Amino acid sequence: MELYELTALELAHKLHTGEVTQQEAADTALSRIHAAQPHNNAFITVSGPAFPAADLSASPLAGVPMAYKDNICTRGTTTTCASSILGQFSPCYDATVVECLSAAGAVSLGKLNMDEFAMGSTSETSCFGPVKNPWDLTRVAGGSSGGAAAAVAHREVWYAIGSDTGGSIRQPAAYCGVTGMKPTYGTVSRYGLIAYASSLDQMGPIAPSAADCAAVLDLIQGKDPRDGTSLDIPAGRLLDSLTGDLRGKKIGLPVDCYGEGLDAEVRSAVLAAAEVLKARGAAVEEFALPVMNYVVPTYYIIAAAEASSNLSRFDGVKYGWRAEGYADLGELYTKTRTQGFGSEVKRRILLGTFVLSSGYYDAYYKKALQVKSLIKQAFDDAFTKYDLLLTPVAPTTAPKLGESLSDPLKMYLSDIYTVSVNLAGLPALSMPCGFDSKGLPIGAQLIGPALGDGMVLDAAYGYQQDTHWHRHIPQGGDLK
Amino acid sequence: MTWETVIGLETHVELATKTKIFCSCTTQFGGDPNTHCCPVCTGMPGTLPVLNEKVLEFAVKAGLALNCEITRRSQFDRKNYFYPDLPKAYQISQLYLPICHDGAVDIGGGKTIRIHELHMEEDAGKLVHDPWLDQTKADYNRCGVPLIEIVTEPDFRSAEEVIAYLEQLRSTLQYLEVSDCKMQEGSLRCDVNLSVRPAGSDTFGTRTEMKNLNSFKAISRAIAYESRRQIELLEEGKRVVQETRRWDENKDATYAMRSKENAQDYRYFPEPDIPPVEISEAYLERLRAEQPEMAQARQARYQAHWGLPAYDAQMVTSQKALALFFEATVALGAQPKQVSNWIMGEVLGQLSAHGMEAKDMALTPATLARLIALVQEGKLNRNTAVKVFEAVFATNGDVDAYIREHGLEQVSDTGLVSSVVEQVLAANEKSVADFKAGKEKAFGFLVGQVMRQLKGQAAPAVVNQLLREQLERQ
Amino acid sequence: MKITEEMVDYISQLSRLQLPPEEKTAMTAELEQIVGYMDVLNTLDTTDVEPLSHVFPVKNVMRADQVVPSYDRASLLAGAPAADKDAFLVPKAVE
Repeated sequence: MELYELTALELAHKLHTGEVTQQEAADTALSRIHAAQPHNNAFITVSGPAFPAADLSASPLAGVPMAYKDNICTRGTTTTCASSILGQFSPCYDATVVECLSAAGAVSLGKLNMDEFAMGSTSETSCFGPVKNPWDLTRVAGGSSGGAAAAVAHREVWYAIGSDTGGSIRQPAAYCGVTGMKPTYGTVSRYGLIAYASSLDQMGPIAPSAADCAAVLDLIQGKDPRDGTSLDIPAGRLLDSLTGDLRGKKIGLPVDCYGEGLDAEVRSAVLAAAEVLKARGAAVEEFALPVMNYVVPTYYIIAAAEASSNLSRFDGVKYGWRAEGYADLGELYTKTRTQGFGSEVKRRILLGTFVLSSGYYDAYYKKALQVKSLIKQAFDDAFTKYDLLLTPVAPTTAPKLGESLSDPLKMYLSDIYTVSVNLAGLPALSMPCGFDSKGLPIGAQLIGPALGDGMVLDAAYGYQQDTHWHRHIPQGGDLK
Repeated sequence: MTWETVIGLETHVELATKTKIFCSCTTQFGGDPNTHCCPVCTGMPGTLPVLNEKVLEFAVKAGLALNCEITRRSQFDRKNYFYPDLPKAYQISQLYLPICHDGAVDIGGGKTIRIHELHMEEDAGKLVHDPWLDQTKADYNRCGVPLIEIVTEPDFRSAEEVIAYLEQLRSTLQYLEVSDCKMQEGSLRCDVNLSVRPAGSDTFGTRTEMKNLNSFKAISRAIAYESRRQIELLEEGKRVVQETRRWDENKDATYAMRSKENAQDYRYFPEPDIPPVEISEAYLERLRAEQPEMAQARQARYQAHWGLPAYDAQMVTSQKALALFFEATVALGAQPKQVSNWIMGEVLGQLSAHGMEAKDMALTPATLARLIALVQEGKLNRNTAVKVFEAVFATNGDVDAYIREHGLEQVSDTGLVSSVVEQVLAANEKSVADFKAGKEKAFGFLVGQVMRQLKGQAAPAVVNQLLREQLERQ
Repeated sequence: MKITEEMVDYISQLSRLQLPPEEKTAMTAELEQIVGYMDVLNTLDTTDVEPLSHVFPVKNVMRADQVVPSYDRASLLAGAPAADKDAFLVPKAVE
């Protein structure tokens, strides 16, 4: 078996036994990155080639090469959010997640491409050009953590840290055939994650397997005094708790997630995954979740409103890029922001400004916060009956490059299965569950109750004991 | 027609916490530009605010002292606008659920000012234009310094009422030790909302808002100017425009700010980065128990209990540190009126000579009590005591040691004084004759001569007595 | 909900963005379509529903009032598009 075919934990094991050296692992990764980069454009910044040796006793994943999405602040390394407006911004601080992983002996190989400011479902809005899907380079990798999913799918790194505001870890993981987890809101510190929508943003791992995700979360979850929304909960026991035993578990299938608009091949792959879970002892049952009809507008109102405020600080004064040829302060602001932001970002800033503006706040923003309350209630109710929910991640497999951006509303609607999880703060995982007739990966989503991260991971772990989908790696001649 | 001026105030007060409201940088005034800063208070991407627990405590204490209702579930909101002194391009403030509301302040003369609300927020940075560079320099040292904004109802009818309220407010906040309220350093700033209406009317006129008022004098003059301006407009049949006006100290006038600055749509929404604040009954109880006795209550007590004149009581309570100093000195056995005399005279004099605040004074109540006792016991005369006081003030030196070292102990040895009196009478026959002819002034001259020979250390009562006895005997 | 170009001008001004005329026309149409879709929320009765801004009942997260040394000024100014040795520089912003 080639090194790149291993999961993160399998590689870690070989590093610990001395069968493989850290430099060998890093060299394998770097050569794959450099070979693939011209084709899939997964990275924005690549580090190396030499790395200080990690202390292998620091954690179960010490010495394993990985990378960060480029909206996560890394001290002394440019952090761009794939936006021109950040220019050569190089933070003088590390995100808490980066501190945690550095202390755990992570070897970072660089920063990953993404949709500009994490706004998009295709990783095509990057000012560095689109990420391409390693299974088919004419297709998108998904977004916004498209670079993270593509790099892990093609095993250029063994895991990556992405961020998920409305599906930005889970959907690209599904499109690229890897495992991605958005943990419960507040369990991973957001300090150092450049905010898109603060009440929805959460970082998490993208990796070959659910066990890898558990191992990463063990290193990054926990209370951070620098993030007031981080939860004070015990963390660090997910990997040790995996059993894969689903006996006695009840899994709900919301029928509203399997109806109109869902691709037939995706539906049957996800339903087949339900059968695997059933075979492991779970009881599976359909139920109605009508609130699904309201999740997309609610999500886009709240996310755009917060984004319009969060992105105001990019004004050409303190950091990043400043436009030239301004006559006064007003022009400095307007020219910098107009030229520095891409059109999808501007669309969301304008939408968010509108829903907060005088006269429209109650009708849109406040209304969305009220509906958010109903959505959370509906999920809370569902979890009184079910331990987990199983849904598709996206209505289709990866679309062709250039197909989505022309119709923003249609693109927003494709987020229907993922955004509700962020609105309700829940943990959810995307796992590969098959391929369509075009040879593109399909993802299934497991959703757990708040703080049910362990249960979600355990079900996925069990599923991956009996299936091989997460073992598939694109060998594509296209990448050679 | 007679006109009535209607005024409401928005007062921003910097809280005396050690650190900023959302990060752990110091709040110290001044400092080189951008040296009291970190990624949080300079609005760097990815950074997050975490509330300082003292800010909440100080805001609630202020609210309790201003007789406010305390909001049991409060939260922060973002106020969005672009300006270079605001690095995040939003100010974290409170609009929807301010921490305190519906209070009242008694400003004397039977007048009460209602408090609409009191909320917590962060201060902005400082912009200084550099004429050489022709660029404005942004300094974020003040950025994130905690403020409370106290908004009154439009209950004032004159500048005098406004000043009375502000003095009361300042005293209250200083007694609470939640702010030093130094207007010259900008730690207490006022915006004045003013309108005029025909006397007796019960509807409000169109108001203007005046910003940039940083002294009581500026506030009084701005109110006088602006109400006159509005009355003149109305009497000429013109209309008052609702706008923000700036007070120009040098021109002694207000002027309208550009209309663009008046177009405001702050798009407030709940701050997602800061969880709500819930106030428990136990928390309130603790803060209530910690509320100090305020100036007014102390004045009443000093008058009733120690018979202090009203003026003395007011002076001694003008600063909390003075009041505590007064009480501690009295507690050591000094006579209250003596203590207030010393505080109003020598203590305030020395503080002003040293440019110091009472709270920073080294001199202890024990030292003043000792000086007063020495004078009382006739061991030191008052003038010498003042000299000793001045000598020991800065370092709280040992009074007795100083007296010993400088040989300042009062002469009460009647034998010694008698012999000096004899010498003086013998050497000043003309004055003795004048005295006998009824010129009382001559007696004073003779006392002075005796005192001079004794280097001022004789007890005046002893000198007077012996001098009279010997004059009568002659 | 009808979105007019005047509304787009107003929110552009608030956001410090300036769209060229052809982009503005397209953006107006897109926003109208998106906002129109959002109006589906009006079919839900939310009378008496509390707006939910914080998803979990976390409260009173505060820090102690203890000074931590500030950052080195040079590191804070390092990424500024315009700065001198001690401050960020902008065009005249003081009256």
